[in-house]
Amino acid sequence: MASPNRPLSPHLQVYRPMYTMMLSILHRATGVALSGSLLLLAAWLLALASGADCYAWIARLLGSPLGWLVLAAVLAAFWYHFCTGIRHLVFDTGRCLEKREARLSARVAIVAVVVLTGASLLAMLHFGGRP
Amino acid sequence: MSSKAPLGQALGLGVVSGTHHWWLQRVTALVLALLGPWFAISLLLQPDLGYAHAHAWLAAPLNAVLMLVLVPALVYHSWLGVVVVIEDYVPAKSKKITALLVVQFLHLLVGAAALFGVLKVALGSAA
Repeated sequence: MASPNRPLSPHLQVYRPMYTMMLSILHRATGVALSGSLLLLAAWLLALASGADCYAWIARLLGSPLGWLVLAAVLAAFWYHFCTGIRHLVFDTGRCLEKREARLSARVAIVAVVVLTGASLLAMLHFGGRP
Repeated sequence: MSSKAPLGQALGLGVVSGTHHWWLQRVTALVLALLGPWFAISLLLQPDLGYAHAHAWLAAPLNAVLMLVLVPALVYHSWLGVVVVIEDYVPAKSKKITALLVVQFLHLLVGAAALFGVLKVALGSAA
């Protein structure tokens, strides 16, 4: 049996903060946030299955300013997790692990997140985004 | 792909294998890298997400089938991810087990609800 007091990985406190590390932490944070937003997806699908009245209720909720803000945050978290997720999949193949490459791909990912999130929010505004 | 050690396999041990979970996390990631943007973009481009239109969208066979792939991939990917986060950051054993149980039951519940929603709309009579 291992000692119960041994340190858990990742032992974050010992590292100097770097932006590549922040990016990786945010990948986890957005992942957890997106897990929470699965509740929204399930609620939306169940409402669609339950009929027009139920759907109108949840549509009002999501169409409110707060609902709009939540949806915008979910979209931003999704595109972030998508872009950094692809970056991590590339890392998993053993590529782009050098410091310079990792920093470059970090910047590319950030730019892609900003562009994709911006385009999504514009689409939400343009098409009404209202349920 | 089996990632169990030969001895564990012979003894029927190691049902939960870290390597296997790691691999499935990547497989579902690939599925989601395709279907996630598909879902987001196709809903964002809908001019109307009122009940009738949203219902018709989900009832369309291609959309329904892709949702039947997306939902399990999403729920399983989320399940594996949250479990890893809890294993990494919740130190106390009893709290860890409680958190893991709660999270896994919630994922089952949410997955069942979402799948039921898709199936009911897709298989129900046209709205």
